[in-house]
Amino acid sequence: MLKIYNDGGRITAAVSGDIDHHAARELRESLDMIIAYSRPEVLILDLENVGFMDSSGIGLIVGRQKRMREQGGELLVKNARAEINEILKLSGLAAVVADARREPNHTAKNTF
Amino acid sequence: MKRELINECRLRFPAISRNEAFSRSAVAAFAVQQDPTVEEVAAIKTAVSEAVTNAIVHGYRDSEGDVDLFMKLFSDGTILIQVKDKGRGIPDIKAAMQPMFTTAPEDEERSGYGFTVMESFMDKVRVRSAVGRGTTVTLEKKLRGKASPKGT
Repeated sequence: MLKIYNDGGRITAAVSGDIDHHAARELRESLDMIIAYSRPEVLILDLENVGFMDSSGIGLIVGRQKRMREQGGELLVKNARAEINEILKLSGLAAVVADARREPNHTAKNTF
Repeated sequence: MKRELINECRLRFPAISRNEAFSRSAVAAFAVQQDPTVEEVAAIKTAVSEAVTNAIVHGYRDSEGDVDLFMKLFSDGTILIQVKDKGRGIPDIKAAMQPMFTTAPEDEERSGYGFTVMESFMDKVRVRSAVGRGTTVTLEKKLRGKASPKGT
């Protein structure tokens, strides 16, 4: 499930639930819609409420990162738990996590 | 030191993606009797999820079939998990285990890091496969647990 916080150019997508192969398809479709129609400068995936992620999440993140870069934007990941950060590091995605530490946490609820 | 079998469990389920979550939860429930740490449970769940997803996405890509999940717990705290399919098989296991290697269609969201993740989270990963006959992935990890159990 996704909750979207829109600050104009910066969109935070708060994911909840497990990110596995089964769940990745729906998440990919929703995120690709946001990327294509809202065209954010920065898309931040907030993984605070993700209890589990396997390498399907790497595929999901790398794919969205590619799309964001194609339109001159950037993708960041924040609030991932330790095991998930370990998976991100394994796949060379440590940079998307490090940069997101500077991102503020959201309180406003502009969901759609 | 000879290790003795303490407990075992066998599960068979159809190769459909909703069973990815079911299978990793089942393994976590089986492992709990060894009083594992949160990190150990997360490691096992992740590795099993990778192996079962591979069976579903690759093993049975163009067909239907069952996935067999065997779990064994030994007196030295080792958990041994086997994920077995009777699908297409892997022509080149060494290549398949390289990071970023994937034969999955792009819309399947496989990153090519499945085996890398399994190897990173488990002590041992063994793969046996025969083209046209199926693949068995064996995962092993010694659970030190919260109380560092030595078995009884």
